[in-house]
Amino acid sequence: MRYVRSTLSAVALGSLAVAAPAFAQHDHSSSDDTKPWSQADEIWGEDAMAESRAAVLHHHGRHPTDAIEIHRFEFQSGEDEDVLLLDGDLWYGGDMNRLVVKTEAEFSLDHDAFEEAEVQALWSRAISPYWDFQTGLRYDFEPEGLTHAVLGFEGMAPYRFDVDGAFFLSDEGDLTADVEIEYELILTPRWHILPRAELGWSAQEIAELGKGEGFTSGQFGVRLAFDVVREFAPYVGVEWQGSFGETEDMLSAAGETTDQTVFIIGFHAWY
Amino acid sequence: MYNRRKVLGLGAGTALSFGASGLLPAWAQTSAHGNMGHRHAPQTEFDLHVSEFPVSIDGKGGRAVGVNGTVPAPLIRFREGDEVTLRVHNMLDEDTSIHWHGLLVPFHMDGVPGVSFPGIKAGETFSYKFAVPQNGTYWYHSHSGLQEQIGHYGPLVIDPAHHDPVAYDREYVMVLSDWSFESPERIYQKLKTVSHTYNFQERTLPDFLEDANAHGLSQTLSDRAMWGNMRMSPRDISDVTGSTYHFLINGHSTADNWNGVFTPGERVRLRIINASAMSIFNIRIPGLPMTVVQADGLHVQPVEVDEFQMGVAETYDVIIAPKDERAYAFVAESIDRSGQAVATFGPRPGMRAEAPEMREVPTLTMRDMGMNHGAMGHSDMGHGSMDHGSMDHSTMDHGAMNHDMMDHFQHMEMPEPEAADWPVERPHLERGPGVVNINTMPLYRLNEPGLGLENVPHRTLNYEMLRSLEPIPDMRAPNREVEIHLTSNMERYMWSFDGVRFADIKSAIQFREGERVRVTLVNNTMMTHPIHLHGMYFDLVNGGGANRPRKHTVNVKPAEKLSFDVSADHVGDWAFHCHLLYHMMAGMMQVVSVMPDSAGARRRDEQLRHMQHQSMDHSGHGEMDHSGHDMHTPEPETPPMQHDGHGGHH
Repeated sequence: MRYVRSTLSAVALGSLAVAAPAFAQHDHSSSDDTKPWSQADEIWGEDAMAESRAAVLHHHGRHPTDAIEIHRFEFQSGEDEDVLLLDGDLWYGGDMNRLVVKTEAEFSLDHDAFEEAEVQALWSRAISPYWDFQTGLRYDFEPEGLTHAVLGFEGMAPYRFDVDGAFFLSDEGDLTADVEIEYELILTPRWHILPRAELGWSAQEIAELGKGEGFTSGQFGVRLAFDVVREFAPYVGVEWQGSFGETEDMLSAAGETTDQTVFIIGFHAWY
Repeated sequence: MYNRRKVLGLGAGTALSFGASGLLPAWAQTSAHGNMGHRHAPQTEFDLHVSEFPVSIDGKGGRAVGVNGTVPAPLIRFREGDEVTLRVHNMLDEDTSIHWHGLLVPFHMDGVPGVSFPGIKAGETFSYKFAVPQNGTYWYHSHSGLQEQIGHYGPLVIDPAHHDPVAYDREYVMVLSDWSFESPERIYQKLKTVSHTYNFQERTLPDFLEDANAHGLSQTLSDRAMWGNMRMSPRDISDVTGSTYHFLINGHSTADNWNGVFTPGERVRLRIINASAMSIFNIRIPGLPMTVVQADGLHVQPVEVDEFQMGVAETYDVIIAPKDERAYAFVAESIDRSGQAVATFGPRPGMRAEAPEMREVPTLTMRDMGMNHGAMGHSDMGHGSMDHGSMDHSTMDHGAMNHDMMDHFQHMEMPEPEAADWPVERPHLERGPGVVNINTMPLYRLNEPGLGLENVPHRTLNYEMLRSLEPIPDMRAPNREVEIHLTSNMERYMWSFDGVRFADIKSAIQFREGERVRVTLVNNTMMTHPIHLHGMYFDLVNGGGANRPRKHTVNVKPAEKLSFDVSADHVGDWAFHCHLLYHMMAGMMQVVSVMPDSAGARRRDEQLRHMQHQSMDHSGHGEMDHSGHDMHTPEPETPPMQHDGHGGHH
């Protein structure tokens, strides 16, 4: 498996490089010399019109936007330990091409230390009405210093399920995958129920990470959120977190808990 | 220009000390402040200073960009045919512009930066000079950035050079608008991030229970499943709603109560202008009929109604003749019913009419998506392969249908749904990131009053009822047809024509001088779009023959296919766009280039002379007798249409 790592990393880096010009969208100069219209040039001058024509085109469809989104910032109270979790992203770009930075981190309040922390830098490309293709790199700050090539999809499945799934190929050559599915059930205009599932998978056993082959872990939770404003919604919830198959066996053998139910309080916010 | 973090904060408290009427021009004042509905004198010279200034809106201070320090801007009034000079002084530190909406000006005076002129730079003065051969109610607004949202709009009235066919004792200009204390850049950024940001009217769990109770559980589930399967919302009616907007009449919120006076028995002319950025309004005066006498500045045969829907940028002149000594509420209700603005007409200044309760939120149906129901897997409805295009309604077996299901699609109870006639021909239009839906069952909807007005218990206006008072000047059959698709992806907040954002077009839509073009618009989205063509009136193909209404802006309903004929007489580059401001900004815009063609112009003149001659010979026969023929089909004498791709984006 390891032989593919450099290839995939190169592909990911390459796509970021290819995507780079797509983000430099503030350039008003037109890419070619053909003018879609030009009858005012004679009256007001070619240069004056060229500049304003480029601007009017740019500002009607190609103006980049950006956003910061905290999907989950929450306190999880478990049977054994309490954890703070941050799951967020930020993006910049246009309709078709975006730079997306995703982060997820878990901080153990009992151990006063990060248990997991990762950052992904992705090029996101709109490929269909509801789906984006994403590729780039992921770096794990915790537990190790692994770098992964990322290949994933984010979008909305029929029946309005939000889906975010990706394959990760680490620089150790290990292939893993992760998929998150979330739904929003509208109780009232401001009260929402948010069922959420996350599944982890590994193509091989990764002893140092305590992962077995096959499905490794899962989280199934439900949160009740209140939109104070659309940009800020505190919530409470409950979530089952557990491990499966070989991973579960490995954990059991090591005498660790294989599943737990946590109570959650947190908020969703974006700007 | 688009720094969204430049938040429109409080105007250092200064604005708060002025009443709502303190900073308004005379025409926008209430009767309590001396506006008695007298006519203002026309002028020929105007000085318009565009600046940023504090305003008080709905009792709260904000900052506006506008003209001469007021929102709305001053009334510009001149006489038909007079040469006018409008000096625009840009006091901003960014570009500005003024577009004269609906005016037939030379194209370099049309005021669209990048299309008809370079714009007006900070600190510059630009003089617009023109004389126009038209009269009526119009308006003007910035075409730069998003200035139109934050106050850069005002009314424009042209008095007839000769006889005014409309008699009236008083007149009021009614400028409708939507104001937000959020900056427009922020609104756009929020829509791009979470497109349903402002929609607090999604169907909820209680709605589900109510529907299950009324229509049965399985049917309600299957209805919800249909919408869910398509990842769409039947309550996706307005992108920006009353949750952020303060709806205004002449700068007054409902609380500010703009009021006008009448003496019972008088005829009062209301010049209603929808100067909103994003809000389509339903207009009504409960208990008082309105006689529509003008649409988009041109006279129409008077038609009495109780309510009408008004797209952004449309204007309607109505006559009211109140008989009773009481206060009447003038209600402008946003199409999604997330808010309304209420003004008062009463026999005495300062009266306040009771605001009516908000009505039920309208819900879209499958029909609004241009979906063949059969394709939705509703074989249980008994018309799996129903083709509305060829359906004979009188013989269709309604009994075979599940009527409970039909009831659920409110529109089905409406006047017979009809499919538009011509097939949709745009084979290159494909689904993709910017195009979620392709309309497979376009509808003829000119006989419908607009979303939410289908079942109101009073008379409503529809486009089929509009008849031009004067015969249209060019009765030639169109020599070719151009089909333009309205396309979108609501989730990504992408809006475009033919799936191509303005930023990505390769060529403009080209007309040749002298030709007569039929433009057919097909709405592949679930939203109503007020589509505006600059520089030329178009003749709506609504069955009115020689008296088809001529408009500058037309509301295209969800899934609708409609046509208008344009005489390409005005050489130049003209903007063509959806007048919902953020749709335009997202890319729902194009340019129509009328290219000079002296041979074409000569040919047109000959044809028109010939037709005039003929119609004099046959007095009343021939050309003038088109009514009815062009209702759903091209006129019989129409030569075979060349379906002409109009742009280079193939």
